[in-house]
Amino acid sequence: MGPLAWAAGVAFLAWNAVSLEVDPARVARGLSRLGAVAASAIPPDFERAGLLASGVLESIEIATLSTLLGVVAGIPVAVLAARNVVPLPVYAAGRGTITLGRTFHELIVGILFVKAVGFGPLAGVLTLTVNSVGFFSKLLAEQIETIDRGQIEAVRATGASRAQVLIYAVLPQVLPRIIGLTIYQWDVHLRQSTIIGIVGAGGIGATLLSAFSRYDHDFALAILIVIVAIVLVGEAVSALARRAVQ
Amino acid sequence: MLEVQGLHKRYATGDEALRGVSLTVAGAEAVFVIGPSGAGKSTLLRCINRLVEPDAGSVRLDGREITTLTGAGLRAARRAMGMIFQEFNLVERLTVMENVLSGRLGYVSTWQAWRRRFPAADVEAAFRTLARVGLEGFENKRADELSGGQRQRVGIARALVQRPKILLVDEPTSSLDPITSEAVMRLIVELAAEDGIPALVNIHDVPLARAFARRIVGLREGRVVYDGPVGGLDAAVLERIYGAARAAAPAGAAP
Repeated sequence: MGPLAWAAGVAFLAWNAVSLEVDPARVARGLSRLGAVAASAIPPDFERAGLLASGVLESIEIATLSTLLGVVAGIPVAVLAARNVVPLPVYAAGRGTITLGRTFHELIVGILFVKAVGFGPLAGVLTLTVNSVGFFSKLLAEQIETIDRGQIEAVRATGASRAQVLIYAVLPQVLPRIIGLTIYQWDVHLRQSTIIGIVGAGGIGATLLSAFSRYDHDFALAILIVIVAIVLVGEAVSALARRAVQ
Repeated sequence: MLEVQGLHKRYATGDEALRGVSLTVAGAEAVFVIGPSGAGKSTLLRCINRLVEPDAGSVRLDGREITTLTGAGLRAARRAMGMIFQEFNLVERLTVMENVLSGRLGYVSTWQAWRRRFPAADVEAAFRTLARVGLEGFENKRADELSGGQRQRVGIARALVQRPKILLVDEPTSSLDPITSEAVMRLIVELAAEDGIPALVNIHDVPLARAFARRIVGLREGRVVYDGPVGGLDAAVLERIYGAARAAAPAGAAP
């Protein structure tokens, strides 16, 4: 790289720092304020256990329901997006659906659904269901594309219909993957369900947001600890369950 | 009776696999198709049951034109042709019984297939057929637990349980050892004869073909270059099928 390019790079970074108002004094002040927030959060306040529990339960419900809906919607989309089992135009439509599902972060989708159906867990369920179609369908479609063609050919040769070929030759080859992905998807949704409350889509995230906005820092810390716990437990359950089916 | 007339197939890659193949298989005869790799043997079988679409020509089974069929008509035609594959092509994660019953898919509804509810007569036929191929008691084993020879026997049972009018057999022994190869080939020929159906058998192993065939069809570069009794398979004919290099090898050796 020539000296000119270096100079240009340094100038760009400096301009970023200025335009974003990166100011060491402000950082220092912020850090001390963060210390005060942390101090006011300790010890965490688990008094309102009922509120905490209902938030956690709602998150788990959102994660579970959206995973089920996501799998039910995601399997057909995955089939449509697998090049080796459908004609080209159908494949293009299937891939398009997946790309659409993956385009926006779940928070943006969450904002849209909160606008559409109002605050609360329903918006959360719909958000994560859409998210599934992007994630689950893409991975499942890729799995379908790697299956053994010979098995499909043999079942077609018996005079089986397209649906029968799917049931008899495709499904047995991808079923372990479907089960594994479903469990993994639930784990991911559990994590996401703790954050989408920030935009009003229900769950423990909503409880967290209101705790922060009321300067209830000790309760907020309790919530954060609980989120860490459920994400860890979810991950452990998911790992155990996947090992059991594979 | 199977009548193939002027069958042509050019793949999207530009490969001309078939350049006007015609042959007739009648009665309950087993016809062995030999030829070098790439001669079009596999394509020929797959154009007959339309796993591959031929570009031109005609295929008729018992007088019925196959090449123009679509949908349910095509599926009915396919179920009348039992196919046996080089790599067995069993559904690995299903049981032996489920694999054999898949030969009945053309006769049952999708809902029945989903629930694995085949008619009692089909299940009975599947048990009988498994016994005929020597796999009694294997019905609940998973296909991926079997040896190569056992897998091919399941493949044969799957084809026979269709109650086909013809067997299309694609290199059935290429993935097997010599002893198993002979047993499997004998089984195919004998069971087809018992059921009174003809078989069109692709094979690259010339000695094995000689051992079982009465009639040989030689395919080279998508054309039939020999169609006659096995006795006529002399050095000159082998050279016509396999080219000069093959003829230089001792007559009768595997290519």
